Amino acid sequence: MTAITKSKSNADVYQLRRRQETITALMVTSVAIIILLIYLMPMGYALVTSLKSKAQTSEVNAPILPSTPRQFEYDGETYDIMLVPQEDGTIAEWGLVQARRRGASDFIDPENPEAGIIQWEGNWRTLEKAWEPNVQWDNYPDAWNFIRFGRLLMNTLGYALVTMVGMVSASALTAYGFARFRFPGKNILFLMVLSTMILPPQVTDLPKYAFFVNVLDWGGTWWPLIVPAFFGHAYHVFLLRQFFLTIPREMEEAASIDGAGPMTTFIRVILPQAVPALTASALFHFFYAWNDYFGPLIYLAGNRDAQPISIGLAEFNGLYSSEPQLILAAAIITMILPLAIFFMAQRIFVQGIVITGVDK
Amino acid sequence: MDMVSAFSEVRKERFSWRNWSPARRREALWGLGFISPWLIGFLIFYLAPMIASLVFSTMNFELTKPDGATFIGLQNWQRLLNDDTMWLAMSVTFVFAIISLPIGMISAFLLAVLLNSANLMGRSLFRTLYYAPTMVPLIASTLIWAQVLNPSDGWINRFIEIFGFDVRGVDGLRWLNDPAHPNLVFIAYSFIGLWTIGNAMLINLSALQGVPSELYDAARVDGASWLNRLWSITIPMVSPVIFYNLVLSVIGLLQYFIVPWVLTGGSGDPEGRTMFYMIHFFKQGFIFNKLGYGATLAWLMFAVALVITVMLFGSARYWVHYAGDSRS
Repeated sequence: MTAITKSKSNADVYQLRRRQETITALMVTSVAIIILLIYLMPMGYALVTSLKSKAQTSEVNAPILPSTPRQFEYDGETYDIMLVPQEDGTIAEWGLVQARRRGASDFIDPENPEAGIIQWEGNWRTLEKAWEPNVQWDNYPDAWNFIRFGRLLMNTLGYALVTMVGMVSASALTAYGFARFRFPGKNILFLMVLSTMILPPQVTDLPKYAFFVNVLDWGGTWWPLIVPAFFGHAYHVFLLRQFFLTIPREMEEAASIDGAGPMTTFIRVILPQAVPALTASALFHFFYAWNDYFGPLIYLAGNRDAQPISIGLAEFNGLYSSEPQLILAAAIITMILPLAIFFMAQRIFVQGIVITGVDK
Repeated sequence: MDMVSAFSEVRKERFSWRNWSPARRREALWGLGFISPWLIGFLIFYLAPMIASLVFSTMNFELTKPDGATFIGLQNWQRLLNDDTMWLAMSVTFVFAIISLPIGMISAFLLAVLLNSANLMGRSLFRTLYYAPTMVPLIASTLIWAQVLNPSDGWINRFIEIFGFDVRGVDGLRWLNDPAHPNLVFIAYSFIGLWTIGNAMLINLSALQGVPSELYDAARVDGASWLNRLWSITIPMVSPVIFYNLVLSVIGLLQYFIVPWVLTGGSGDPEGRTMFYMIHFFKQGFIFNKLGYGATLAWLMFAVALVITVMLFGSARYWVHYAGDSRS
């Protein structure tokens, strides 16, 4: 008898605890959703505004969602529909025929146009327009054409892909050197690698600029941005070295017993095992190049045809500041590719970030 | 070992090339061969320009008339001390760093705690979505934020209006350029910065996942509250990554350039509050082509960055806990 009661109460406790856990889970998840909505809110704003008409963006009392003023056509004329308050407190939707600064303005009732002109006493400027939902899909092709997105895209992709090859191969070679070989000054040199990461780039910017532009005459070309990538970068060296250190030495030893030299071993044994880290490194560089603004800003000044997306978009913002809907459409166009790549490759990507930042 | 704590891993080495066997020497040559891309790049793109820029800083050197360069000793440095814009730029950069750094670091940490919660359903989906804004190209996110903060149609002001404040329209709250409230721009820029905290968040998250759960179990038995556990277990355990994020954020903030440049074109509006150090440097060096003075500005920034970095590393031993200290 007691045994039954006890097991029943155990079941109760278990159920109670499960219910509590479910409630906590729901609460935590709701909090996460609310914070996420706030965090991503500007994205929603950008999407909504990118589909508005220019007229709507400049009107303070316009509705939040994409809409255009409602209009009414009668006898070959088009009238804006206004919300006109009546004496009985209702609001009539009338087409504005003739606005006058003083005295009554002329309206027409779309429901009953044959009744003719209605006069309304009051300042028509206080009236609000009637809006109807209307989505301007054309903003996207317009933004694409105004910004010359095709050309910007080719420039950016070319830059990103060419330097990606150089960056990953140079960094992988260097990383392997640091991961596996003993040589004099190794520790000092590795310290130098790390130091370049916290060195303010300003210290080297001006002489590099003078050298590239005055000595080599590379102003207005991509060369000053492409060439340095072929010498690697500390971030990638560090990332790849950390990964190489985790690869067991046995296979390399076997390869070297088979008579393979260090270069062959590196290409045949190490690189195939390091594909995830190499991919992460390639992705990081791709995104870096996609976003790179400072380099193109100083070296490509004056050569509009060579501009990448970052520069083109910033310039567009200056030229079309009165058309926020086009600016936002352009901004959204530029983020599609990076976001798509991230969603597809996020596992590798996240691993790469973690390697450089967490003690493992 | 992360990139930053790797500094302290570097040990002194003793080598005597002479005593090495031929095999050892061959290994050393291969090693140097493998690192040669970086080594050559270091000499050409780091060491030589650094020396050159130190030389530039002693010269009156303008790119437009390279032949007219003259040695002027420390005159650039004198000018630096009397350059009001430089002092303004330095203070703007520091004020913004002090405002924006805690906002970014605390948000990245708290979001990681949220994403690490065992009570959160669909954790990997949330992780992806919370990281997504960091993937938005910086120019695009800057322009999007500039619009969402716009006084009349932006959703931020519309949201504030819900609570009965009259902040919309021409006389409304102009986040990015309000001469009456110029400091608002620091908050606005910090908002934009919230869309770049993804990496810090992921690194925090990964560190949180590495905290042994026994520690929490023990604390729970002792009756420690959630806040207690966060303060006495979680934060010390993840302090190495907090340190890592701190160093990278500070260095990044000293370089702060793209957002103010895109939004103001270097005008410094409102009231000079966006005259960041890097903007001043960029205008002197690349617009007015004053290589000598620009290099001097750069070296001052280098000195400041170095002092801050050394101070951070010095402070680390008082608050950063390296678990099972492997550095022996």
